[in-house]
Amino acid sequence: MDLTTIFTQLFGGFQYTFLLFVLTLVFSMPLGLLVAFGRMSKWSPFSFALSEAEKSLLRSGSSLPKAQSVGVVLRRFVGLFRPIQLVMKVIISLLRGTPLMLQLLVVCYGPYYVAGISLSGEWRFIALVLGFAINYAAYFAEIYRSGIESIPVGQYEAASVLGYSKSQTFIRIIFPQMVKRVLPPVTNEVITLVKDTSLAFVLSYMELFTTAKQIAAAQTSIVPLFAAGAFYFVFNAIVAFVMERIEKMLSYYR
Amino acid sequence: MKVLEINHCNKKFGENEVLKDISLSVEEGQVVSIIGPSGSGKSTLLRCATLLETMDGGDLIYLGKPAAKADESGKSVYASQQELRAIKQNFGLVFQNFNLFPHYTVLKNIMEAPVLIGGRKKDEVEQEARALLAKMGLSDKADAYPYQLSGGQQQRVSIARALAMKPKILFFDEPTSALDPELTGEILKVIQDLAAEHMTMVIVTHEMAFARDVSNHIIFMDGGVIVEEGESEQVINHPTQERTKAFLGRFHR
Repeated sequence: MDLTTIFTQLFGGFQYTFLLFVLTLVFSMPLGLLVAFGRMSKWSPFSFALSEAEKSLLRSGSSLPKAQSVGVVLRRFVGLFRPIQLVMKVIISLLRGTPLMLQLLVVCYGPYYVAGISLSGEWRFIALVLGFAINYAAYFAEIYRSGIESIPVGQYEAASVLGYSKSQTFIRIIFPQMVKRVLPPVTNEVITLVKDTSLAFVLSYMELFTTAKQIAAAQTSIVPLFAAGAFYFVFNAIVAFVMERIEKMLSYYR
Repeated sequence: MKVLEINHCNKKFGENEVLKDISLSVEEGQVVSIIGPSGSGKSTLLRCATLLETMDGGDLIYLGKPAAKADESGKSVYASQQELRAIKQNFGLVFQNFNLFPHYTVLKNIMEAPVLIGGRKKDEVEQEARALLAKMGLSDKADAYPYQLSGGQQQRVSIARALAMKPKILFFDEPTSALDPELTGEILKVIQDLAAEHMTMVIVTHEMAFARDVSNHIIFMDGGVIVEEGESEQVINHPTQERTKAFLGRFHR
């Protein structure tokens, strides 16, 4: 098999890689913002649990009867309970703390093993996109959060005094500044994603890496693997170039 | 007419009582300066007045409309978010560290709020914004970004941004504390000009001579209470309270 044939076949695989890459970004980037909001949520349904008088008692550390003070302390913890934040923290730590490959298998075969639902051949692809999008959303969420939290509080205060609502403040003042700040770490993630798409081989999705492995095995040659490497490398070079351009576009202010 | 009225304002941070039963009112056209040592509560008072902090107790009233009203127990009850946003149209605040929006040009910094929040026509607002910039001596900076300006220029833009909302009262929170003496002069001149135009202002400042010259009324705060207040000349040059004398001692030496 000559090099042109190898490249032609690999290009076929690359198209699937590209599709997976684009779909993952399209879904995970906005989803990450939602997760970040959840992660930053301060909603605590039981914050009324402690009266002002009890709070000041806690602070002054005055000696209450033991049973009563235990009750007050307990209720303080209930008051600090932030369900949305907690759920998001757990989800993020699971998604970041387990291998993506394992997550892909769970999403794909979970429905069958858990609920006995057998899904069509289409499902494998949907499971891939779902698995990648959810996993990357967790990483993007933490990047967005760091960006949002790095905006000086004075920006919120200036907007508040001028009469901006919370959503106007976020959309017009905070979000654009966040985008600029998170661009370098987001670039990192995007480049990692290009290479991570190769994990789709566990679901026998015929993307670039799976194709290369197949040809290499059939031809007993290392060349297809090198060629695949070249594809990834060039694609990432393009990604890096594009991201750099976007960074330059946003460098009109500091 | 009273533009601002604060009655029996109380504010605690945890156990720490920062404001204790503060009452003050500002008449239209009046310039009030609030002086006092760091930690005396003067900035917190300003932040309560501009709704950046919530008072624990007392009333906060703009032009007769309550932003917060004390209930029977004295606890502040605030108006709805919507009402508060309407009340915010009455005042402007100039921050110590400017807080301009870095991603907007100077012109957009000034124009966005009147157009977006005030719902006014864009061309009309732009004309006014350019006039304000001219008044601040920054006509050539309309298209610059904040990072391209000196501190004094940034502060003048932030004053223009506040004025563009046509506030009935303008608050200044140590407007020169982040500036060197030369730039401080620039800003004090601008505030003096505004005073000459009978802009109602409340200024928290450490510039004693400026406070004396620009304001009609001076409030000296310490430990969360108003220790002494009165006509500016009187308070600065002939304070009656020992604490005020001690604080101003350095200034008079």
